[in-house]
Amino acid sequence: MSEIIKKFLYVNRKAPYGTIYAQESLEVVLIGAAFDQDVSVAFLDDGVFQLTKGQDTTAAGLKNFSPTFRALGDYEVTKLYVEQESLDERGLTLDDLQDIQYEDEDDDYAEKPSIIVVSRAEMADVMADQDVILSF
Amino acid sequence: MKFGIVVSEGPYTHQASDSAYNFVKAALAKGHEIARVFFYHDGVNVGTRLSIPPQDDRQIQKQWTALAAEHKLDLVICIAAAQRRGLLDENEATRQGKDANNIAEGFRISGLGQLIEMGIQCDRTITFGD
Repeated sequence: MSEIIKKFLYVNRKAPYGTIYAQESLEVVLIGAAFDQDVSVAFLDDGVFQLTKGQDTTAAGLKNFSPTFRALGDYEVTKLYVEQESLDERGLTLDDLQDIQYEDEDDDYAEKPSIIVVSRAEMADVMADQDVILSF
Repeated sequence: MKFGIVVSEGPYTHQASDSAYNFVKAALAKGHEIARVFFYHDGVNVGTRLSIPPQDDRQIQKQWTALAAEHKLDLVICIAAAQRRGLLDENEATRQGKDANNIAEGFRISGLGQLIEMGIQCDRTITFGD
C-alpha cells in the first residue's frame, strides 16, 4: 500500500479495562497491519495486564478483547515487547501472560513466541529505534 | 518540517486539544506544514458543532474550524471512535438511520488508515493526550 516502510511502535501503558485506550489501541494495530510497515507493540506500566491470560469480563459487562492478541501473528505483528520491571512491580511473570505465537515464514513456518521481555533500559533502546511512536 | 498531529483526549475535560491547537498555530507561524490533525479516542468530541461553552471561555471547536479554513487544514475524526461516541456527519447519519448529524465545518470523518498514512508521510507525528 505504501513504498515507504517505517518502524511503527504502539505503546500500551494502561490496563485493559477501566478505560478504552487498550481496546482502541488494538484497533489501530489491526488497521495499521494492512499498511505493510515494520510494526512493534510495547507493553509497560499497567499495559502489561493487557496480555494476561484468563481474562474474564463477564461480571463487568465489558467486551473481552484479549483473545485478539493471539491473532496478531496472522497480521504479521510479531514483536510484542514487554517490560520486565513493569511485570515485577505488579507481581507478574511471563507465565501469567498469554502464550502468543506467530508462524515464521522464513523458517518453514515454525511457531515462535511473539512476546519479547526486555528491561526498562532495553525498552528505551526499542523506542529510540522507531520512526513513529503512537502512545496509548 | 511536515507534522502530523494526534489529539487523543476530549475538549475541556483535558487540555490536550488546546495544546495541540497552540502547537499547530505556532508551527504554521514558523512556516512548517501540518499535513493532518487526527482526532481519536474522546478527541473526536472536539468536532461536534453542538457544544455550547460559556461565552467567556475559549470556543475550542470554533477555533479549530477557523484555523482549518485559514490554513486549509485536514481535520480528520476517526469513524470507529466517532460512532461509539455519537459523532456523525450527514452521510453517516443517513446510512445509519439516525435523525441528526453534528459534525462541525472543517472536520471530516474517515478511517484509522488516515492515522497510519499520516505517520508514514510526515517527518514527525506528535500525540497530544493525557
